[in-house]
Amino acid sequence: MSEQRVKVHPHKFTLWVAIGSILMMFAGLTSAYIVKRAQANWALLEIPTAFWISTVVILASSLTIWMAKKSFKERRLLRYRRLLGLTALLGLIFVLLQVAGFWQFGQQDIKLIGAGSNASYSFLLAIAGLHALHLVGGVFALIVIYVKAISVKNRNYSMVPIEVVSTYWHFVDLLWIYLFVFFSLMR
Amino acid sequence: MSETTIQGQQVATVLHGHDDHHGHDHHHEESFISKYVFSMDHKMIAKQFLITGMIWAIIGGLFSVLFRIQLGYPDATFPILEDIFGKWAQGGKISPDFYYALVTMHGTILVFFVLTAGLSGTFANFLIPLQIGARDMASPMLNMLSYWFFFGASIVMFASLFVQTGPASGGWTIYPPLSALGQASEGSKIGMDLWLVSMALFIVSSLLGGLNYISTILNMRTKGMSMTRLPLTIWAIFFTAVLGVLSFPVLLSGAILLLFDRNLGTSFYLSDIVVKGEILPNEGGSAILFQHLFWFLGHPEVYIILLPAMGMVSEVLSINSRKPIFGYMAMVVSLFAIATLAFLVWAHHMFVTGLNPFLGAFFVLLTLLIAIPSAIKVFNWLTTLWKGNLRFTPAMLFAVGFVSLFISGGLTGIFLGNSTLDIHLHDTYFVVAHFHIVMGVASFFGMFAGVYHWFPKMYGRYMNNTLAYIHFWVTLAGAYLIFWPMHYQGFAGMPRRYYDFSNWESFKHFGDLNQFISTVSMIVFAAQLLMVFNFFYSIFKGRKVTSENPWGANTLEWTTPVNPGHGNWPGDIPEVHRWAYDYGKDGKDFIAQTEPVGEHESKH
Repeated sequence: MSEQRVKVHPHKFTLWVAIGSILMMFAGLTSAYIVKRAQANWALLEIPTAFWISTVVILASSLTIWMAKKSFKERRLLRYRRLLGLTALLGLIFVLLQVAGFWQFGQQDIKLIGAGSNASYSFLLAIAGLHALHLVGGVFALIVIYVKAISVKNRNYSMVPIEVVSTYWHFVDLLWIYLFVFFSLMR
Repeated sequence: MSETTIQGQQVATVLHGHDDHHGHDHHHEESFISKYVFSMDHKMIAKQFLITGMIWAIIGGLFSVLFRIQLGYPDATFPILEDIFGKWAQGGKISPDFYYALVTMHGTILVFFVLTAGLSGTFANFLIPLQIGARDMASPMLNMLSYWFFFGASIVMFASLFVQTGPASGGWTIYPPLSALGQASEGSKIGMDLWLVSMALFIVSSLLGGLNYISTILNMRTKGMSMTRLPLTIWAIFFTAVLGVLSFPVLLSGAILLLFDRNLGTSFYLSDIVVKGEILPNEGGSAILFQHLFWFLGHPEVYIILLPAMGMVSEVLSINSRKPIFGYMAMVVSLFAIATLAFLVWAHHMFVTGLNPFLGAFFVLLTLLIAIPSAIKVFNWLTTLWKGNLRFTPAMLFAVGFVSLFISGGLTGIFLGNSTLDIHLHDTYFVVAHFHIVMGVASFFGMFAGVYHWFPKMYGRYMNNTLAYIHFWVTLAGAYLIFWPMHYQGFAGMPRRYYDFSNWESFKHFGDLNQFISTVSMIVFAAQLLMVFNFFYSIFKGRKVTSENPWGANTLEWTTPVNPGHGNWPGDIPEVHRWAYDYGKDGKDFIAQTEPVGEHESKH
């Protein structure tokens, strides 16, 4: 109806505000990290090799979701579904690699939590862990739109859901790049 | 290019379908569950927030009466307390552990559950779609989830009152190391974990709500409703939501690190601590770090509480003065200034933590700058009243009371914002008096003004005026009688949070005064119960509203039917042609926003 003026789709706009909110949370955490780093008793961080691989994986997943969106626009739905599945899979591999990274610390006798742990490694665990949780949320969103894409009953060609999910996915990707660079520079 | 067109059409179709649906659904029988429990109607969600908030307000207020009993009558015993609270009040005297739990929960409940969720949850949900001209929120689903996360937070917090070791008792600011170490006190055991879980749910609820408020206000306004035609209520709610969305995540990160320290043995906030002769292994943490993270939320939080009250007061004052609000743009700009400064002053809560005095000087300057937008607002409220054709409805009385309290409480903020004076005044009753008047009671007055004013729109009936007038005068007089004397106690250095002052040579002469304050607080509490009675009685038995626009107001909510259905307007959403404050213009009492501008009309 013409009376309702449409500018940005409300769902997309809501996502942008939510992204601002998530950014504030990580800004809070990384500034706490900087404050703590300036004080005594700070252990130099060693970035595990698994994190380098996971960075490549998450970059690849951003590419696949971009291709998925493109396929949807071209109405190539089979290809679209496959690319969605691939993106979700890459997301899960990313999370597993993060876990592997923390397992590597265990191998080197570096404690992340408990008595004798250093706040620098606890910070890495807390921040990277919260990032991984946000990524898992993205995987759930992918599963939801994947299931909707299979459903024959409700054919829906609205671009909004895939655009919302892909924007979020790129955001989580960029957030990790920021954190990765941050941890590498501010050890 | 083609993509955007397709998208635009689809969005239009979706909304069109939506409207059609509302056009026909009046004969739909909604089930009890979908109408009253898991409702997606913003008006019902608003009522859910309001009633849950009222229940919390009674609990939180009762807690203050209980600890005032201890402060006012430290030597007396009340066997009935033991009958009710058992070991928490052995021998009829409130135990120290119980006292700290009461103080902590009073703060937590009133700040978060009543004045954040109960106030902005209620009026943001109720007023945004009605006043901007929308069928509902941008996402009714997220809106419903926002209430149910709040409900979950309420359940967890309520459960924490009944655990054996008691609820959290380290103060509502939960500073570590006290809050981080279970062995440090009874209240730092399971009660503290429940507090953190409850607050995490609460933060999720506020974020979902805030996202919705922002995108609804920016995207769903009706035709003609430009930002500068919005009523000030909506502007205030908008800035409140922005503050919440940007500051609550930071509290969440602080709380997550605290959960790590409590349960996973990390050392974010802990270092070199000895508890009961035992040396803890934690090394290298910083307790001050928590205070920075906490107050980065904590200060915006006081404006999250206050701004919606300011918005509603502006609206009620203008309507009941039959005059346009004085300085509309100045009001908007000052809201913006307050919201911006809110993020830059958090360290004034930390002047005595060993903060670098050089750094402190900047925070003093930024804090005192808040006096400018605050003074602009006060000036505009007073000039709106000036030579107005005042109608003293209960809502109007509370709005005028708000202005009075905001002035009295705001002035003491200028004392506390000085880092030098703060050395003496920090953690005394002066602080207690300051923030209770300016943030606590003032915001409650804004909330009462809102409830009395919009009750006819919520339930199609009026509240009883006589009871409302008694409620107003007892509360206003009581608030000043309770908190005014506390300023003197604070000047004398009487510290807050202490359990018993009768053993202190410097403070025991305040015994009678403490007794007086406690007595008044009980009377004021009783007056609030009168308001609660009036509220529920009027839902069923109040005088019925017969006209659509009982207050003669300009805004869109008064163009809906007396009892609007889901979707608010039975036909098309009205179009807006003017701002919300054309009162007493060109010899007309009021001109609704929906009325087109006439040919010979003067400019406002």
